[in-house]
Amino acid sequence: MQRDHNHPTIVTIEKVIDETPTVRTLVFSDKIMSEALPGQFAMVWIPGVNELPMSIMISDEPERAAFTVRKHGLASTALFNVKAGEQIGIRGPYGNSFDLKEGKLLLVGGGTGLVPMMRLLTFVRPRDDITVLIGAKTKNEIFFENLTRSLLEEHHHHSIVVSTDDGSYGEKGFVTDVAERLMSKIHFDGVYTCGPEIMMYKVVQSANSRHVFVEASLERMMKCGVGLCGSCCVGTDLACRDGTIFDGVHLSKNKEFGYFHRNKAGILEHY
Amino acid sequence: MEYSLETSIGRIQLDRPVMLASGILGISLDVFKRLYLSGAGAVVTKSLSTEPWEGYPNPTIFSVKGGGWINAVGLSNPGAPDFARMIEPNKDVPIIVSMVGSIPEDFEIMIKQFEYCKVTAYELNLSCPHVAKVGLEVGDDPELVKKIVSTVRNSTNVPVIAKVGLGTSNYLNTVGAAIDSGIDAITAINTVRAMAIDAETQRPILSNRYGGLSGTPIKPIALRCVYEISSKYDVPIIGCGGISSWEDAIEFFLAGASAIQIGSAIGDNWISVFHEINKGILQYMKRKNYSHIKEMVGLAKRS
Repeated sequence: MQRDHNHPTIVTIEKVIDETPTVRTLVFSDKIMSEALPGQFAMVWIPGVNELPMSIMISDEPERAAFTVRKHGLASTALFNVKAGEQIGIRGPYGNSFDLKEGKLLLVGGGTGLVPMMRLLTFVRPRDDITVLIGAKTKNEIFFENLTRSLLEEHHHHSIVVSTDDGSYGEKGFVTDVAERLMSKIHFDGVYTCGPEIMMYKVVQSANSRHVFVEASLERMMKCGVGLCGSCCVGTDLACRDGTIFDGVHLSKNKEFGYFHRNKAGILEHY
Repeated sequence: MEYSLETSIGRIQLDRPVMLASGILGISLDVFKRLYLSGAGAVVTKSLSTEPWEGYPNPTIFSVKGGGWINAVGLSNPGAPDFARMIEPNKDVPIIVSMVGSIPEDFEIMIKQFEYCKVTAYELNLSCPHVAKVGLEVGDDPELVKKIVSTVRNSTNVPVIAKVGLGTSNYLNTVGAAIDSGIDAITAINTVRAMAIDAETQRPILSNRYGGLSGTPIKPIALRCVYEISSKYDVPIIGCGGISSWEDAIEFFLAGASAIQIGSAIGDNWISVFHEINKGILQYMKRKNYSHIKEMVGLAKRS
């Protein structure tokens, strides 16, 4: 019988990888999730605790997928603490995916916002010229640098720039400033970003001001993930169903992007 | 012949008979406008309380294999004051404000908040099956229903609808109590109390354990209730429960509903479902030669 993607499927965590002291990657076998498109997410149930939306991470092993989680709130900390051999429930994949252009591409990721960027890198063509910007606050919060390098091994033209706000590793400064500087020198055919909303807002502004195609993957509090509860609305859009990926032209008309999100009661709050 | 989708639910006049059901997507005015432009004749808000409610932790929704959803969102809502401020600029969209409360005063307080808003009607949620002290616990007590409806009736001239569901008492007594106290219309039905257990991890899935079943599995039950209410009482009815196609909508009209509400079908077919159902109703009307919805209402009851 074909799987009902809205119905939770129970999977067992096979491997846990420590990325940083606060970030872990949990690997599991699931063919459908392994074939998710870049930018798609799953609703992840930690039995007895909570359920939360997670971007679907790649795995280097066949028919496996993963979640890369930073411990933050109750649900993400519970997921962070799941051990190999323990079970979680997954439903999805949900949401749209990045519209991948050809040529010179710029990927800007902050923190676990790098997850959809890694999957996107498995979809780019060898002749595309790829620049990946990895932003973090400080050195010990950087992860996926080596993974990015190995994913781009076969690309003749590529560069990876790591920046830290405090200059403890790579370039000193905000990743958004690096992105702005690059866009002022190079014409990109596509810019893709995922990470903290203020970061994405600035990247989208940099691209929009030059009429460069840009897409951002928005994060919102989600309850249902299927367009029923309305928790994730951003202006007229529902992040779960219309997104989570929106292009720069669309976002420039959205009054909430970069400024507001909603709390659990649905009240608008400033970033 | 002219064919019109206009419908009247007592004093409530709508251009189209398909509404958004309460609890679904009802958080922002921007989304309400989008739904209205997509074919919804009116939107019913999330059930509002006097203060903001966060609702239950996730998981709050469960997809039933073969169709239907069980939800225990827990009536999360921004509270009546915040919500009233948000919809105050609205001029175009017919908004039906849904409210929950435990005592008549809760509803009285909330109605005052909407003094400067354009409100098409109030819908009293007397039937949410998964939150204590409100919803079904109120609806199961016809004496309390009388007090609430009378109080609301005396607080506003705007039409008032009671949304009923299947609790532990006979819901027809709740309908009767609401009618005796001057209700304008009845919405039937709410979700049906249900639960989901995962065999693999051996525990209930929803954080609240119990939730409300919606979608196609409850459609025949909702249809039966609309037929029963329209057979026993002379009151305008809004049909709600598992409606996902124009055929479903027509069946509810024939059972006695003057309008219908859509919820779960949005999860399956997304927002185009409003337009699709409107289109199907109109084609049926042309084929059967009905110029107005009201000509079909209750036809299935003829002997």
